[in-house]
Amino acid sequence: MLLKRLIRIFCSLQLTMVLLALSLILVFLGTMAQEPLGLYIAQARFFHSMFVDAASMLAAIKKTAQLLNIYVTPMQADAVLSATWIPVFPGGYLLGGALLANLLAAHAQRFVFTRKKAGIFLTHAGLILLILGQLFTDQLAQESGIHLTEGETKSYSESDRRSELAIVDVTSPDKDQVVAIPDSLFADGVTLTPPLPFTVRIAKYFEHSHLTNRADQASSSASFANQDFGLQVEALPLQKVTDMDFRDVPSAFIELSTSEGSLGRWLVSGHFDRAQHVSYKGHNYALSLRLRRHYYPFSLTLLKFSHDKYRGTETPRNFSSDVRLQNASTHEDREVRIYMNNPLRYAGMTFYQASFDKRDEHATILQVVSNPSWLAPYIACVVVGLGLVIQFMIHLVGFLGKRKA
Amino acid sequence: MKLTFPRLVVVIALVTIVYCLMPPRSKSDINVEDFGRLPVLLNGRTQPFDSVARNSLLILRGKQTVLDGKKSLPAIEWLMEAFFDSEKADKRLIFRIDHPELRSMLGLSDEEKFFSMSQFQPKLQSLLKETQRIETEQIKAEAQTPFEKAVMRLNNNVILYRRLKNSIQHEDTKDFESDLASYQAAITPGVQAIRAREGGQEFDQKAFDRILDYLQRYDMMARFGYTLSVPSGTPSPIRDDWTSVGSTLMEAARGGSVGTPVHLFARMASAYRTSNAAGFNTALAEYRSWLAAHQYTPELAKGQKEHYFNHVEPFYVASLFYVVVFILACASWFNNSQTLNRAAYQLLIVTWLAHTAGLVYRMLLEGRPPVTNLYSSAVFIGWGIAGLGILLERIYRNAIGSVEAAVGGASTLVVAHHLAMDGDTMEMMRAVLDTNLWLSTHVVTVTMGYAATFGAGFLAVLYVLRGVFTDSLSADMAKTLSRMVYGVICFATLLSFVGTVLGGIWADQSWGRFWGWDPKENGALMIVLWNAFYLHARWGKVCSEKTLMAIAIFGNVITAFSWFGVNMLGIGLHSYGFMGAAFTWLIGFDISQLVIVGLALMPLSYWRSFKRDPTAAVKSAPASS
Repeated sequence: MLLKRLIRIFCSLQLTMVLLALSLILVFLGTMAQEPLGLYIAQARFFHSMFVDAASMLAAIKKTAQLLNIYVTPMQADAVLSATWIPVFPGGYLLGGALLANLLAAHAQRFVFTRKKAGIFLTHAGLILLILGQLFTDQLAQESGIHLTEGETKSYSESDRRSELAIVDVTSPDKDQVVAIPDSLFADGVTLTPPLPFTVRIAKYFEHSHLTNRADQASSSASFANQDFGLQVEALPLQKVTDMDFRDVPSAFIELSTSEGSLGRWLVSGHFDRAQHVSYKGHNYALSLRLRRHYYPFSLTLLKFSHDKYRGTETPRNFSSDVRLQNASTHEDREVRIYMNNPLRYAGMTFYQASFDKRDEHATILQVVSNPSWLAPYIACVVVGLGLVIQFMIHLVGFLGKRKA
Repeated sequence: MKLTFPRLVVVIALVTIVYCLMPPRSKSDINVEDFGRLPVLLNGRTQPFDSVARNSLLILRGKQTVLDGKKSLPAIEWLMEAFFDSEKADKRLIFRIDHPELRSMLGLSDEEKFFSMSQFQPKLQSLLKETQRIETEQIKAEAQTPFEKAVMRLNNNVILYRRLKNSIQHEDTKDFESDLASYQAAITPGVQAIRAREGGQEFDQKAFDRILDYLQRYDMMARFGYTLSVPSGTPSPIRDDWTSVGSTLMEAARGGSVGTPVHLFARMASAYRTSNAAGFNTALAEYRSWLAAHQYTPELAKGQKEHYFNHVEPFYVASLFYVVVFILACASWFNNSQTLNRAAYQLLIVTWLAHTAGLVYRMLLEGRPPVTNLYSSAVFIGWGIAGLGILLERIYRNAIGSVEAAVGGASTLVVAHHLAMDGDTMEMMRAVLDTNLWLSTHVVTVTMGYAATFGAGFLAVLYVLRGVFTDSLSADMAKTLSRMVYGVICFATLLSFVGTVLGGIWADQSWGRFWGWDPKENGALMIVLWNAFYLHARWGKVCSEKTLMAIAIFGNVITAFSWFGVNMLGIGLHSYGFMGAAFTWLIGFDISQLVIVGLALMPLSYWRSFKRDPTAAVKSAPASS
């Protein structure tokens, strides 16, 4: 009995309405939370989650109150990040999943396919495709960027906000051996054993940091590092960035050790623009904490970057990058122009003209996206649009027919 | 009389339109209108001086005219004063200052609203001091107090005014023509003197001083000048290679030529100063033929067309007509007059055609689809709502469509009018937006979706207001309105869904992200979700008719949020118009809608139309679809 009732509720239209209303509230609050929390945290907390936590919710509500000119102290991202996680509201995954389940259940239970309902069926099918497509995109899509100065060649792109500790064996003049440890493995005091003749201990890790001169630090003796840059500069932690125009710059104190003892202690940081070196058993290694890299079997060279503004204004008119694409394995060597609304699609990836470097007018920033499910919304749009048109036409024809009669 | 009244209304409307379409005629001897048609480059686009004048005045004083005693002075005549006779222009009451503390800081009277430059010139230092404080403290616009906002606004306006004054000649110039001649004579000895001085040789102090005096003033013009008024003379291959008068004069000292345009501007300036209308008009005509001879015909034509558009003001005319339609249609309800109803409908069609003509003319002028910014979205939403009203009126003939069209058309045009206060409404598109394909698909569809959702909301408002406050909402009428709301929401759902997804596809095309939870995207999604909510509620027959109406009215709140509210968050990729004052209006609108939602949810026994028979509406509730 109870089960039957549960199933009935699960298939019911009332549930659909409740879910739609909750989704509306979620989207609204998730939008409000973007200013105090920053786009990425807000997305993760509201949309890419099963439940929204109390602290994020409070931040969104406070922002709404502020908009209404009610003064409340705003919640900052770090307060939200450090608060205890108490689920208070269904998140995007839960609502999306529930809507999907409700839709499928309703079709299995209630709906009988008739010509009169063809439009509704099409619409729902398209929506299912759209929701699934977005779930896949969330899981599978990868975004990264390429910063190129005119004349520069790169065969890799960099993540916008994830880092890695790269230990590169540069002994051989014609081939580098790269071992990269992603920042997701970093934690204070953890010892890592990458495929190298030594272990790496992360003594301290700051997700966002700034550097100061050690001479200016009162407690300069307290520093951990005993090699290279670390002798002159000290890293200090900073709060995580929420502004979309900036990103966290991490720093870490690391120690490399073998069974015979320590090789030394280094400060590595995203602020350094060149690597530090260590030698061990005739091999020379370069150490750097850098943005996570994705390597490709082809390379891009920036030939020319154009950035026009409207005359007498600061309004950008056009950006375009003339790029040379070389792929040794397919013997491809051609020039491509990438510009706004005209990306390059190549090898399962799409290269977009994303931005420009504010400090260097001869540099371009390309966005690289690989998204296997990119086609889903295109198809879904056509299917849903068609479904709605058919359904409304059926109503309209019926209505006009009735009036004439 | 019965048959002729609607016709009479239409004839009066047409006569008014024809009157507005007549080309403007100069009232003064000086050919003001032709000067207003001259093309210049500003905001990256070619526009006539007339547009520069009107947009600047809108920014400065919120109106397109200046008061001249009891008469009003057209914008272009004011601009010519600012260009050619700055002493007179300084006395014009063009600065609107509302904040009482700012007024008292500048020593201004509390009785007035508009002030002239010469009135607060003595206290200008205190304004600058405040501005510098706000700038050094880096107080963001959102965090500024009303006083600080007023200070920043006035400071920007003062800068704008000074830039205008230094666009054609230096603001202190008395006789530009003879000034220019003596400057040219001073260049050769002056440059020699400068070179000699730099080389440590003996030099002519007089020649040196004279050229330095000119260069200082022209350099200020080059840095301050607002319009790029001087064409290069060789329009191909780069058409927008225009410079300011100041830079042209500076270039002349480096061996460049002053060129015909600047000479002719100088002649116009001197002639204007001495009220020599004939001299002014000859120089003006010479300049126009110089432009035509140097392949600037497209720019001349653009100036001409935009000037005409400014003069006709089709949206202003349309908004006045919409008000008349509203009055006629409402009146028809009170005495059940078919004549009034027909008059309203026919006038509505004329008005809508005028609205359409304005929209199309503007599109041709810009070479763009109808919606390119917040201003044009308001004009377009109004057009959509009015078009929808006409359709409904064609089917039902009960004046509801006319009222909906009139309210929607007039109110959005008023919104558009206020949005135009920011200045140029035909500004150039930023790089990502510079694509007619997506502007004409995504933007147009999503904006039509806004229009349809508003349309449904207004109809629901009519239902509630008529039902609660009058006894004119018969069961039949209730049923008809309910059908209308349903039909319109169907279209709204289709348009907003397709529009939203097309936006995602555009985003996928331009930066590889179909959905990025950008505030504007979220706003559009909220409309889709809410319309879907209404449709499911209706199909599922789970709520009463009045609750469905309440749902439709709440759609207005959501649409207003996604149209304006998200722009006020100051974040995201779509934050192209951050507005302060508009926010108060938005809140006011939302509250009014919520009040009507509250009315809708009252028990039927409180509704005047259903007092006698509370079941009347219930019986007509969710007609099977």
